[in-house]
Amino acid sequence: MTSLSQPWPGATKLGLVIDLDTCVGCHACAVSCKEWNHGGASGPLPDYDSRGPNPDGLWFNRIHSYETEGGACGSRTVNFPRSCLHCEQPQCVTVCPTGASYKRAEDGIVLVNADICIGCKLCSWACPYGAREFDEDEGVMKKCTLCVDRIYNETLPEAEREPACVAACPSRARHFGDLGDPDSAVSLLVLARGGVELMPELGYKPTNRYLPPRKAVVPTGPVEKPVRMGTGFSASLLSLVDRVLSR
Amino acid sequence: MTPSTSVLLLTTLTGFGYGLLAWLGVFGATRGLPQQAWFGPLAIGFALAFASAGLLASTLHLGRPERAWRAFSQWRSSWLSREGVAAVLTYLPALAFAAFWWFDGAGADTTQVAGLAAGAMGLITVGCTAMIYASLKPVRHWNNAHTLPDYLVFALYSGALLLMLALALGGGDIKSAALLASALGLVSLAAKLAYWHHVDHAAPLATLSSAIGLKGATARPLDRPHFTQNYILREMGFQVARKHATRLRKIVVVCAFLAPSLLALAAAFGLWPAVMAFVAVVLGACGLLVERWLFFAQAVHVAALYYGHEA
Repeated sequence: MTSLSQPWPGATKLGLVIDLDTCVGCHACAVSCKEWNHGGASGPLPDYDSRGPNPDGLWFNRIHSYETEGGACGSRTVNFPRSCLHCEQPQCVTVCPTGASYKRAEDGIVLVNADICIGCKLCSWACPYGAREFDEDEGVMKKCTLCVDRIYNETLPEAEREPACVAACPSRARHFGDLGDPDSAVSLLVLARGGVELMPELGYKPTNRYLPPRKAVVPTGPVEKPVRMGTGFSASLLSLVDRVLSR
Repeated sequence: MTPSTSVLLLTTLTGFGYGLLAWLGVFGATRGLPQQAWFGPLAIGFALAFASAGLLASTLHLGRPERAWRAFSQWRSSWLSREGVAAVLTYLPALAFAAFWWFDGAGADTTQVAGLAAGAMGLITVGCTAMIYASLKPVRHWNNAHTLPDYLVFALYSGALLLMLALALGGGDIKSAALLASALGLVSLAAKLAYWHHVDHAAPLATLSSAIGLKGATARPLDRPHFTQNYILREMGFQVARKHATRLRKIVVVCAFLAPSLLALAAAFGLWPAVMAFVAVVLGACGLLVERWLFFAQAVHVAALYYGHEA
Protein backbone atom coordinates (compact mmCIF):
# COMPACT_ATOMS: atom_id res chain seq x y z
CA MET A 1 0.00 0.00 0.00
CA THR A 2 1.66 3.20 -1.15
CA SER A 3 -0.71 5.65 0.51
CA LEU A 4 0.94 7.09 3.61
CA SER A 5 -0.66 6.77 7.00
CA GLN A 6 -0.62 9.87 9.18
CA PRO A 7 2.22 9.49 11.68
CA TRP A 8 1.05 9.80 15.27
CA PRO A 9 3.00 11.91 17.78
CA GLY A 10 5.62 9.83 19.55
CA ALA A 11 5.69 7.16 16.84
CA THR A 12 9.02 5.43 16.39
CA LYS A 13 11.08 7.06 13.66
CA LEU A 14 14.31 5.15 13.21
CA GLY A 15 17.01 7.06 11.43
CA LEU A 16 20.59 8.22 11.31
CA VAL A 17 22.30 11.31 12.65
CA ILE A 18 25.43 12.09 10.67
CA ASP A 19 28.08 14.39 12.07
CA LEU A 20 29.59 16.49 9.28
CA ASP A 21 32.10 17.85 11.80
CA THR A 22 33.80 14.57 12.51
CA CYS A 23 33.27 12.68 9.25
CA VAL A 24 36.71 12.16 7.74
CA GLY A 25 35.45 10.98 4.35
CA CYS A 26 37.06 7.54 4.59
CA HIS A 27 34.21 5.65 2.81
CA ALA A 28 34.23 2.94 5.50
CA CYS A 29 30.45 3.31 5.89
CA ALA A 30 29.93 2.83 2.14
CA VAL A 31 32.17 -0.22 1.99
CA SER A 32 30.71 -1.80 5.09
CA CYS A 33 27.18 -1.15 3.81
CA LYS A 34 28.04 -2.71 0.47
CA GLU A 35 29.56 -5.73 2.21
CA TRP A 36 26.63 -6.35 4.54
CA ASN A 37 23.85 -5.67 2.07
CA HIS A 38 25.48 -7.58 -0.78
CA GLY A 39 24.88 -10.73 1.25
CA GLY A 40 21.83 -9.42 3.10
CA ALA A 41 18.10 -9.32 2.45
CA SER A 42 18.33 -6.96 -0.54
CA GLY A 43 21.51 -8.41 -2.01
CA PRO A 44 23.27 -8.77 -4.26
CA LEU A 45 24.39 -5.18 -4.93
CA PRO A 46 25.91 -5.76 -8.36
CA ASP A 47 28.96 -4.10 -9.88
CA TYR A 48 29.32 -3.65 -13.60
CA ASP A 49 32.67 -3.56 -15.39
CA SER A 50 34.31 -3.63 -11.97
CA ARG A 51 37.81 -4.35 -13.36
CA GLY A 52 37.32 -2.51 -16.64
CA PRO A 53 37.88 1.11 -17.60
CA ASN A 54 34.44 2.32 -16.49
CA PRO A 55 33.57 0.69 -13.18
CA ASP A 56 29.98 1.23 -12.11
CA GLY A 57 27.77 -0.30 -9.52
CA LEU A 58 25.06 -0.11 -6.93
CA TRP A 59 25.82 1.52 -3.58
CA PHE A 60 23.48 2.73 -0.84
CA ASN A 61 26.01 5.26 0.46
CA ARG A 62 27.89 7.84 -1.55
CA ILE A 63 30.46 10.06 0.13
CA HIS A 64 31.00 13.49 -1.42
CA SER A 65 33.52 16.11 -0.38
CA TYR A 66 32.82 19.82 -0.67
CA GLU A 67 34.71 23.02 -0.09
CA THR A 68 32.64 25.49 1.89
CA GLU A 69 33.04 29.18 2.49
CA GLY A 70 31.14 31.56 4.71
CA GLY A 71 28.40 30.32 7.01
CA ALA A 72 28.84 29.28 10.62
CA CYS A 73 31.65 26.79 10.00
CA GLY A 74 33.95 29.08 8.06
CA SER A 75 36.07 27.82 5.18
CA ARG A 76 36.76 24.13 5.35
CA THR A 77 36.39 20.80 3.66
CA VAL A 78 33.12 19.07 4.47
CA ASN A 79 32.80 15.35 3.85
CA PHE A 80 29.21 14.50 3.16
CA PRO A 81 27.86 10.92 3.27
CA ARG A 82 24.64 10.66 1.26
CA SER A 83 22.08 7.89 1.77
CA CYS A 84 18.33 7.36 2.17
CA LEU A 85 16.84 9.75 4.75
CA HIS A 86 13.73 7.61 5.43
CA CYS A 87 11.49 10.66 4.93
CA GLU A 88 8.17 11.16 6.67
CA GLN A 89 6.66 12.27 3.34
CA PRO A 90 8.49 10.00 0.90
CA GLN A 91 7.24 10.71 -2.61
CA CYS A 92 9.24 7.68 -3.75
CA VAL A 93 6.59 5.60 -1.96
CA THR A 94 3.46 7.38 -3.17
CA VAL A 95 4.48 7.33 -6.86
CA CYS A 96 5.09 3.56 -6.83
CA PRO A 97 2.44 1.95 -9.07
CA THR A 98 2.78 -1.57 -7.67
CA GLY A 99 3.02 -1.14 -3.90
CA ALA A 100 6.61 -2.46 -3.97
CA SER A 101 7.80 0.69 -2.20
CA TYR A 102 6.42 1.16 1.28
CA LYS A 103 7.05 2.95 4.54
CA ARG A 104 6.75 0.77 7.62
CA ALA A 105 4.21 2.14 10.09
CA GLU A 106 6.00 0.62 13.09
CA ASP A 107 9.39 2.30 12.67
CA GLY A 108 9.24 4.52 9.58
CA ILE A 109 11.80 2.56 7.54
CA VAL A 110 11.26 2.96 3.77
CA LEU A 111 11.72 -0.34 1.93
CA VAL A 112 11.32 -1.91 -1.50
CA ASN A 113 9.76 -5.33 -1.98
CA ALA A 114 11.98 -6.57 -4.81
CA ASP A 115 9.58 -9.45 -5.52
CA ILE A 116 6.86 -7.16 -6.91
CA CYS A 117 8.92 -4.19 -8.19
CA ILE A 118 8.49 -3.75 -11.95
CA GLY A 119 11.59 -1.57 -12.31
CA CYS A 120 9.81 1.52 -13.70
CA LYS A 121 12.37 3.78 -11.93
CA LEU A 122 9.74 6.41 -11.11
CA CYS A 123 10.61 6.22 -7.39
CA SER A 124 14.19 7.23 -8.14
CA TRP A 125 12.88 10.23 -10.07
CA ALA A 126 10.71 11.18 -7.10
CA CYS A 127 13.63 11.18 -4.64
CA PRO A 128 15.39 14.58 -4.44
CA TYR A 129 18.33 13.04 -2.57
CA GLY A 130 19.33 10.50 -5.21
CA ALA A 131 19.08 7.73 -2.65
CA ARG A 132 17.66 4.94 -4.81
CA GLU A 133 19.73 3.01 -7.29
CA PHE A 134 18.66 0.54 -9.95
CA ASP A 135 19.85 -3.06 -10.08
CA GLU A 136 20.46 -3.59 -13.81
CA ASP A 137 20.91 -7.35 -13.31
CA GLU A 138 17.65 -8.04 -11.48
CA GLY A 139 15.70 -5.19 -13.10
CA VAL A 140 14.45 -3.83 -9.77
CA MET A 141 15.05 -0.77 -7.62
CA LYS A 142 17.12 -1.11 -4.47
CA LYS A 143 17.79 1.21 -1.55
CA CYS A 144 19.11 1.57 1.98
CA THR A 145 17.13 -0.66 4.35
CA LEU A 146 18.57 0.97 7.48
CA CYS A 147 19.96 -2.56 7.87
CA VAL A 148 16.55 -3.85 8.89
CA ASP A 149 18.13 -7.31 8.82
CA ARG A 150 20.69 -6.27 11.46
CA ILE A 151 18.86 -3.94 13.83
CA TYR A 152 16.20 -6.54 14.73
CA ASN A 153 18.48 -9.55 14.25
CA GLU A 154 18.39 -11.60 17.45
CA THR A 155 21.18 -13.87 16.27
CA LEU A 156 23.57 -10.92 16.56
CA PRO A 157 24.93 -9.74 19.92
CA GLU A 158 22.84 -6.80 21.11
CA ALA A 159 25.70 -4.33 20.68
CA GLU A 160 25.87 -5.15 16.98
CA ARG A 161 22.20 -4.48 16.27
CA GLU A 162 22.87 -1.21 14.49
CA PRO A 163 23.27 -0.40 10.79
CA ALA A 164 26.52 -1.58 9.24
CA CYS A 165 27.52 1.99 8.32
CA VAL A 166 27.18 3.09 11.95
CA ALA A 167 29.15 0.12 13.26
CA ALA A 168 31.95 0.73 10.76
CA CYS A 169 32.48 4.47 11.25
CA PRO A 170 35.97 4.95 12.75
CA SER A 171 35.31 8.53 13.86
CA ARG A 172 31.86 7.82 15.33
CA ALA A 173 30.32 10.31 12.93
CA ARG A 174 27.22 8.17 12.44
CA HIS A 175 24.59 7.62 15.09
CA PHE A 176 21.49 5.44 14.93
CA GLY A 177 18.34 5.71 16.99
CA ASP A 178 14.73 6.74 17.40
CA LEU A 179 14.28 10.33 16.25
CA GLY A 180 10.59 10.18 17.14
CA ASP A 181 11.47 9.98 20.84
CA PRO A 182 12.53 13.45 22.04
CA ASP A 183 14.53 11.93 24.92
CA SER A 184 16.55 9.45 22.87
CA ALA A 185 20.31 9.88 22.65
CA VAL A 186 20.11 10.83 18.97
CA SER A 187 17.35 13.41 19.55
CA LEU A 188 19.36 14.99 22.37
CA LEU A 189 22.43 15.05 20.12
CA VAL A 190 20.45 16.77 17.37
CA LEU A 191 19.19 19.30 19.90
CA ALA A 192 22.64 19.97 21.35
CA ARG A 193 24.37 20.36 18.00
CA GLY A 194 21.61 22.06 15.99
CA GLY A 195 21.06 19.13 13.61
CA VAL A 196 19.36 20.00 10.33
CA GLU A 197 17.18 18.44 7.62
CA LEU A 198 18.44 18.42 4.04
CA MET A 199 16.41 20.52 1.57
CA PRO A 200 13.47 21.11 3.94
CA GLU A 201 11.98 23.42 1.27
CA LEU A 202 10.93 20.37 -0.77
CA GLY A 203 8.65 19.14 2.01
CA TYR A 204 9.78 15.49 2.24
CA LYS A 205 10.38 15.80 6.02
CA PRO A 206 13.46 13.59 6.15
CA THR A 207 14.01 11.62 9.36
CA ASN A 208 17.82 11.62 9.20
CA ARG A 209 19.59 14.68 10.56
CA TYR A 210 22.99 16.15 9.74
CA LEU A 211 25.06 17.87 12.43
CA PRO A 212 26.70 20.98 10.93
CA PRO A 213 30.48 21.24 11.02
CA ARG A 214 31.85 23.41 13.80
CA LYS A 215 34.22 26.27 13.17
CA ALA A 216 37.72 24.94 13.42
CA VAL A 217 39.57 26.48 16.34
CA VAL A 218 43.24 25.60 16.96
CA PRO A 219 43.80 26.04 20.72
CA THR A 220 46.85 28.18 21.54
CA GLY A 221 47.68 29.10 25.12
CA PRO A 222 49.30 32.37 26.23
CA VAL A 223 53.07 32.30 25.70
CA GLU A 224 55.06 32.97 28.87
CA LYS A 225 58.63 34.02 28.22
CA PRO A 226 61.32 32.71 30.59
CA VAL A 227 62.54 35.51 32.83
CA ARG A 228 65.54 35.80 35.10
CA MET A 229 65.28 37.54 38.40
CA GLY A 230 68.33 38.32 40.44
CA THR A 231 71.93 37.13 40.14
CA GLY A 232 74.00 34.27 41.50
CA PHE A 233 73.89 30.52 41.25
CA SER A 234 70.34 29.95 42.54
CA ALA A 235 68.88 32.53 40.14
CA SER A 236 70.75 30.88 37.24
CA LEU A 237 69.48 27.47 38.30
CA LEU A 238 65.87 28.71 38.56
CA SER A 239 66.21 30.40 35.16
CA LEU A 240 67.51 27.14 33.67
CA VAL A 241 64.63 25.14 35.17
CA ASP A 242 62.18 27.78 33.92
CA ARG A 243 63.57 27.58 30.39
CA VAL A 244 63.52 23.79 30.38
CA LEU A 245 59.95 23.62 31.68
CA SER A 246 58.77 26.31 29.25
CA ARG A 247 59.63 24.17 26.22
CA MET B 1 16.62 13.68 -17.12
CA THR B 2 17.44 10.95 -19.55
CA PRO B 3 15.04 10.88 -22.54
CA SER B 4 14.40 7.17 -22.99
CA THR B 5 12.86 6.06 -26.28
CA SER B 6 10.03 4.21 -24.55
CA VAL B 7 8.67 7.25 -22.73
CA LEU B 8 9.10 9.47 -25.79
CA LEU B 9 7.01 7.01 -27.82
CA LEU B 10 4.51 6.54 -24.98
CA THR B 11 3.77 10.22 -24.51
CA THR B 12 3.62 11.17 -28.21
CA LEU B 13 1.79 8.12 -29.59
CA THR B 14 -0.85 8.09 -26.85
CA GLY B 15 -1.31 11.81 -27.51
CA PHE B 16 -2.06 11.09 -31.17
CA GLY B 17 -4.29 8.11 -30.39
CA TYR B 18 -6.35 9.52 -27.54
CA GLY B 19 -6.50 12.93 -29.22
CA LEU B 20 -8.03 11.32 -32.32
CA LEU B 21 -10.42 9.33 -30.13
CA ALA B 22 -11.55 12.54 -28.42
CA TRP B 23 -12.21 14.29 -31.73
CA LEU B 24 -13.99 11.22 -33.16
CA GLY B 25 -16.31 11.41 -30.15
CA VAL B 26 -16.98 15.12 -30.60
CA PHE B 27 -17.32 15.04 -34.41
CA GLY B 28 -19.42 11.86 -34.16
CA ALA B 29 -21.82 13.59 -31.77
CA THR B 30 -22.15 16.57 -34.12
CA ARG B 31 -22.50 14.44 -37.25
CA GLY B 32 -19.25 15.77 -38.67
CA LEU B 33 -17.97 12.36 -39.77
CA PRO B 34 -18.78 10.17 -42.80
CA GLN B 35 -21.82 8.11 -41.82
CA GLN B 36 -20.81 4.84 -43.53
CA ALA B 37 -20.72 1.79 -41.28
CA TRP B 38 -17.04 1.09 -42.03
CA PHE B 39 -15.68 4.56 -41.23
CA GLY B 40 -16.25 4.60 -37.47
CA PRO B 41 -14.75 1.22 -36.54
CA LEU B 42 -11.80 1.83 -38.88
CA ALA B 43 -11.04 5.29 -37.49
CA ILE B 44 -11.49 4.11 -33.89
CA GLY B 45 -9.17 1.18 -34.63
CA PHE B 46 -6.66 3.65 -36.07
CA ALA B 47 -6.82 5.72 -32.84
CA LEU B 48 -6.53 2.66 -30.60
CA ALA B 49 -3.59 1.37 -32.66
CA PHE B 50 -1.64 4.57 -31.96
CA ALA B 51 -2.53 4.52 -28.26
CA SER B 52 -1.79 0.81 -27.88
CA ALA B 53 1.57 1.16 -29.62
CA GLY B 54 2.48 3.90 -27.13
CA LEU B 55 1.32 1.84 -24.16
CA LEU B 56 3.27 -1.20 -25.34
CA ALA B 57 6.36 0.94 -25.92
CA SER B 58 6.14 2.15 -22.32
CA THR B 59 6.59 -1.39 -21.02
CA LEU B 60 9.95 -1.62 -22.82
CA HIS B 61 11.79 0.45 -20.23
CA LEU B 62 10.57 -1.65 -17.32
CA GLY B 63 13.15 -3.78 -15.54
CA ARG B 64 10.56 -6.53 -15.12
CA PRO B 65 7.92 -6.10 -17.87
CA GLU B 66 6.32 -9.45 -17.02
CA ARG B 67 5.13 -7.90 -13.76
CA ALA B 68 3.54 -4.87 -15.47
CA TRP B 69 0.05 -6.00 -14.42
CA ARG B 70 0.95 -5.12 -10.82
CA ALA B 71 0.97 -1.45 -11.84
CA PHE B 72 -2.85 -1.37 -11.77
CA SER B 73 -2.99 -1.74 -7.99
CA GLN B 74 -1.90 1.59 -6.45
CA TRP B 75 -4.28 4.02 -8.16
CA ARG B 76 -5.06 5.63 -4.81
CA SER B 77 -1.68 7.35 -4.65
CA SER B 78 0.24 6.83 -7.90
CA TRP B 79 -0.38 8.70 -11.16
CA LEU B 80 1.48 5.98 -13.05
CA SER B 81 -0.96 3.44 -11.71
CA ARG B 82 -3.91 5.73 -12.53
CA GLU B 83 -2.57 6.07 -16.07
CA GLY B 84 -2.54 2.30 -16.46
CA VAL B 85 -6.06 1.90 -15.08
CA ALA B 86 -7.42 4.76 -17.23
CA ALA B 87 -5.72 3.36 -20.34
CA VAL B 88 -7.32 -0.05 -19.89
CA LEU B 89 -10.74 1.43 -19.01
CA THR B 90 -10.62 3.56 -22.18
CA TYR B 91 -10.81 0.40 -24.30
CA LEU B 92 -14.33 -0.33 -22.99
CA PRO B 93 -16.17 2.78 -24.27
CA ALA B 94 -13.89 2.88 -27.34
CA LEU B 95 -14.78 -0.67 -28.37
CA ALA B 96 -18.43 0.03 -27.53
CA PHE B 97 -18.25 3.16 -29.74
CA ALA B 98 -17.00 1.03 -32.65
CA ALA B 99 -19.57 -1.71 -32.01
CA PHE B 100 -22.54 0.68 -31.72
CA TRP B 101 -21.41 2.50 -34.87
CA TRP B 102 -21.32 -0.81 -36.77
CA PHE B 103 -24.58 -2.26 -35.41
CA ASP B 104 -26.73 0.79 -34.50
CA GLY B 105 -25.39 3.28 -37.05
CA ALA B 106 -23.31 6.42 -36.81
CA GLY B 107 -26.18 8.65 -35.72
CA ALA B 108 -27.60 6.44 -32.97
CA ASP B 109 -27.73 7.92 -29.44
CA THR B 110 -25.80 4.94 -28.07
CA THR B 111 -22.98 5.53 -30.58
CA GLN B 112 -22.77 9.21 -29.75
CA VAL B 113 -22.75 8.66 -25.98
CA ALA B 114 -20.14 5.90 -26.25
CA GLY B 115 -18.03 8.16 -28.49
CA LEU B 116 -18.07 11.04 -26.04
CA ALA B 117 -17.31 8.68 -23.15
CA ALA B 118 -14.38 7.15 -25.06
CA GLY B 119 -13.01 10.59 -25.90
CA ALA B 120 -13.30 11.73 -22.29
CA MET B 121 -11.57 8.58 -21.00
CA GLY B 122 -8.79 9.02 -23.55
CA LEU B 123 -8.15 12.57 -22.41
CA ILE B 124 -8.24 11.46 -18.78
CA THR B 125 -5.51 8.94 -19.64
CA VAL B 126 -3.42 11.70 -21.24
CA GLY B 127 -4.02 13.82 -18.13
CA CYS B 128 -2.77 10.99 -15.90
CA THR B 129 0.38 10.67 -18.04
CA ALA B 130 0.98 14.40 -17.67
CA MET B 131 0.45 14.22 -13.91
CA ILE B 132 3.17 11.55 -13.57
CA TYR B 133 5.61 14.28 -14.57
CA ALA B 134 3.77 17.27 -13.12
CA SER B 135 3.68 15.66 -9.67
CA LEU B 136 7.42 15.03 -9.39
CA LYS B 137 8.63 17.66 -6.95
CA PRO B 138 12.38 17.27 -7.58
CA VAL B 139 12.07 18.29 -11.26
CA ARG B 140 11.08 21.95 -11.63
CA HIS B 141 10.80 21.65 -15.44
CA TRP B 142 7.86 19.27 -14.92
CA ASN B 143 6.45 20.22 -11.54
CA ASN B 144 4.68 23.38 -12.74
CA ALA B 145 1.32 24.62 -13.96
CA HIS B 146 2.23 24.14 -17.65
CA THR B 147 2.72 20.39 -17.84
CA LEU B 148 -0.88 19.19 -17.55
CA PRO B 149 -2.51 21.72 -19.93
CA ASP B 150 0.38 21.32 -22.39
CA TYR B 151 -0.03 17.55 -22.60
CA LEU B 152 -3.78 17.93 -23.13
CA VAL B 153 -3.37 20.64 -25.78
CA PHE B 154 -0.69 18.67 -27.62
CA ALA B 155 -2.91 15.56 -27.56
CA LEU B 156 -5.86 17.51 -28.95
CA TYR B 157 -3.62 19.07 -31.60
CA SER B 158 -2.02 15.80 -32.72
CA GLY B 159 -5.46 14.15 -32.65
CA ALA B 160 -6.86 16.88 -34.89
CA LEU B 161 -4.02 16.31 -37.37
CA LEU B 162 -4.86 12.60 -37.46
CA LEU B 163 -8.59 13.32 -37.79
CA MET B 164 -7.85 15.52 -40.80
CA LEU B 165 -5.89 12.65 -42.37
CA ALA B 166 -8.59 10.11 -41.51
CA LEU B 167 -11.25 12.32 -43.12
CA ALA B 168 -9.10 12.97 -46.21
CA LEU B 169 -8.57 9.23 -46.65
CA GLY B 170 -12.16 8.33 -45.73
CA GLY B 171 -13.67 10.77 -48.20
CA GLY B 172 -15.27 13.05 -45.60
CA ASP B 173 -15.46 16.83 -45.45
CA ILE B 174 -12.12 17.86 -43.98
CA LYS B 175 -12.58 21.61 -43.82
CA SER B 176 -13.63 21.97 -40.19
CA ALA B 177 -11.11 19.36 -38.96
CA ALA B 178 -8.30 21.03 -40.92
CA LEU B 179 -9.19 24.49 -39.58
CA LEU B 180 -9.32 23.01 -36.08
CA ALA B 181 -5.89 21.38 -36.49
CA SER B 182 -4.45 24.63 -37.86
CA ALA B 183 -5.79 26.66 -34.95
CA LEU B 184 -4.69 24.08 -32.35
CA GLY B 185 -1.19 24.11 -33.88
CA LEU B 186 -0.94 27.81 -33.07
CA VAL B 187 -2.41 27.31 -29.59
CA SER B 188 0.13 24.53 -28.96
CA LEU B 189 2.94 26.77 -30.17
CA ALA B 190 1.85 29.51 -27.77
CA ALA B 191 1.66 26.97 -24.94
CA LYS B 192 5.16 25.66 -25.69
CA LEU B 193 6.64 29.18 -25.90
CA ALA B 194 5.02 30.04 -22.56
CA TYR B 195 6.47 26.84 -21.06
CA TRP B 196 10.00 27.62 -22.30
CA HIS B 197 9.72 31.17 -20.98
CA HIS B 198 8.66 29.79 -17.60
CA VAL B 199 11.41 27.16 -17.24
CA ASP B 200 14.12 29.52 -18.50
CA HIS B 201 13.24 32.14 -15.92
CA ALA B 202 12.10 30.16 -12.87
CA ALA B 203 14.42 30.04 -9.88
CA PRO B 204 16.29 26.82 -9.07
CA LEU B 205 14.50 24.56 -6.57
CA ALA B 206 17.38 24.35 -4.14
CA THR B 207 21.06 25.10 -3.81
CA LEU B 208 23.98 22.80 -3.07
CA SER B 209 24.31 24.48 0.35
CA SER B 210 20.74 23.57 1.20
CA ALA B 211 21.22 20.06 -0.22
CA ILE B 212 24.07 19.41 2.22
CA GLY B 213 22.46 21.24 5.13
CA LEU B 214 24.82 24.23 5.21
CA LYS B 215 22.53 27.18 4.65
CA GLY B 216 24.34 30.48 4.52
CA ALA B 217 27.56 28.92 3.28
CA THR B 218 28.66 28.51 -0.32
CA ALA B 219 29.76 25.05 -1.32
CA ARG B 220 31.51 23.61 -4.32
CA PRO B 221 32.33 19.99 -5.08
CA LEU B 222 35.86 18.96 -4.21
CA ASP B 223 35.95 15.16 -4.52
CA ARG B 224 33.24 13.05 -6.07
CA PRO B 225 32.21 9.75 -4.52
CA HIS B 226 33.13 8.01 -7.76
CA PHE B 227 34.94 9.09 -10.87
CA THR B 228 32.92 7.21 -13.45
CA GLN B 229 29.19 7.13 -14.16
CA ASN B 230 26.58 5.74 -11.81
CA TYR B 231 22.82 5.26 -11.99
CA ILE B 232 22.05 8.73 -10.59
CA LEU B 233 24.31 10.51 -13.07
CA ARG B 234 23.05 8.48 -16.02
CA GLU B 235 19.39 8.98 -15.13
CA MET B 236 19.30 12.44 -13.51
CA GLY B 237 22.47 14.09 -14.75
CA PHE B 238 21.76 13.73 -18.47
CA GLN B 239 23.74 16.36 -20.40
CA VAL B 240 24.38 14.86 -23.83
CA ALA B 241 23.41 17.17 -26.69
CA ARG B 242 21.76 19.74 -24.44
CA LYS B 243 24.07 22.24 -26.11
CA HIS B 244 21.93 21.87 -29.24
CA ALA B 245 18.82 22.88 -27.33
CA THR B 246 18.42 26.30 -28.94
CA ARG B 247 18.56 24.83 -32.43
CA LEU B 248 16.25 21.98 -31.46
CA ARG B 249 13.73 24.46 -30.08
CA LYS B 250 13.66 26.20 -33.47
CA ILE B 251 13.09 22.82 -35.14
CA VAL B 252 10.19 22.21 -32.76
CA VAL B 253 8.62 25.60 -33.47
CA VAL B 254 8.68 25.01 -37.23
CA CYS B 255 8.33 21.26 -37.57
CA ALA B 256 5.93 20.46 -34.73
CA PHE B 257 3.66 23.48 -34.87
CA LEU B 258 4.07 26.11 -37.62
CA ALA B 259 4.51 23.91 -40.71
CA PRO B 260 1.71 21.42 -39.91
CA SER B 261 -0.53 24.36 -39.03
CA LEU B 262 0.09 25.97 -42.46
CA LEU B 263 -0.31 22.64 -44.26
CA ALA B 264 -3.61 22.09 -42.47
CA LEU B 265 -4.74 25.56 -43.54
CA ALA B 266 -3.87 24.72 -47.16
CA ALA B 267 -5.79 21.44 -46.84
CA ALA B 268 -8.79 23.32 -45.45
CA PHE B 269 -8.91 25.38 -48.63
CA GLY B 270 -8.76 22.31 -50.82
CA LEU B 271 -5.13 22.28 -51.87
CA TRP B 272 -4.30 18.53 -52.28
CA PRO B 273 -5.99 17.78 -48.94
CA ALA B 274 -4.84 14.16 -48.60
CA VAL B 275 -1.20 14.97 -49.40
CA MET B 276 -1.18 18.03 -47.14
CA ALA B 277 -2.79 16.08 -44.29
CA PHE B 278 -0.30 13.23 -44.63
CA VAL B 279 2.73 15.51 -44.66
CA ALA B 280 1.31 17.51 -41.74
CA VAL B 281 0.91 14.34 -39.66
CA VAL B 282 4.43 13.08 -40.45
CA LEU B 283 6.04 16.49 -39.79
CA GLY B 284 3.96 17.01 -36.66
CA ALA B 285 4.89 13.58 -35.30
CA CYS B 286 8.60 14.16 -35.90
CA GLY B 287 8.40 17.64 -34.41
CA LEU B 288 6.48 16.46 -31.35
CA LEU B 289 9.06 13.71 -30.76
CA VAL B 290 11.79 16.38 -30.72
CA GLU B 291 9.61 18.52 -28.46
CA ARG B 292 9.19 15.58 -26.05
CA TRP B 293 12.91 14.81 -26.23
CA LEU B 294 13.63 18.36 -25.09
CA PHE B 295 10.99 18.07 -22.35
CA PHE B 296 13.06 15.24 -20.86
CA ALA B 297 16.61 16.23 -21.83
CA GLN B 298 16.29 19.80 -20.56
CA ALA B 299 14.65 18.81 -17.28
CA VAL B 300 17.07 18.91 -14.37
CA HIS B 301 16.72 16.95 -11.15
CA VAL B 302 17.74 18.33 -7.73
CA ALA B 303 19.73 15.17 -6.94
CA ALA B 304 22.21 16.28 -9.62
CA LEU B 305 23.10 19.19 -7.28
CA TYR B 306 25.23 16.80 -5.27
CA TYR B 307 27.43 16.33 -8.33
CA GLY B 308 27.78 20.06 -8.91
CA HIS B 309 25.10 20.37 -11.60
CA GLU B 310 22.49 23.11 -11.53
CA ALA B 311 18.92 22.37 -10.57
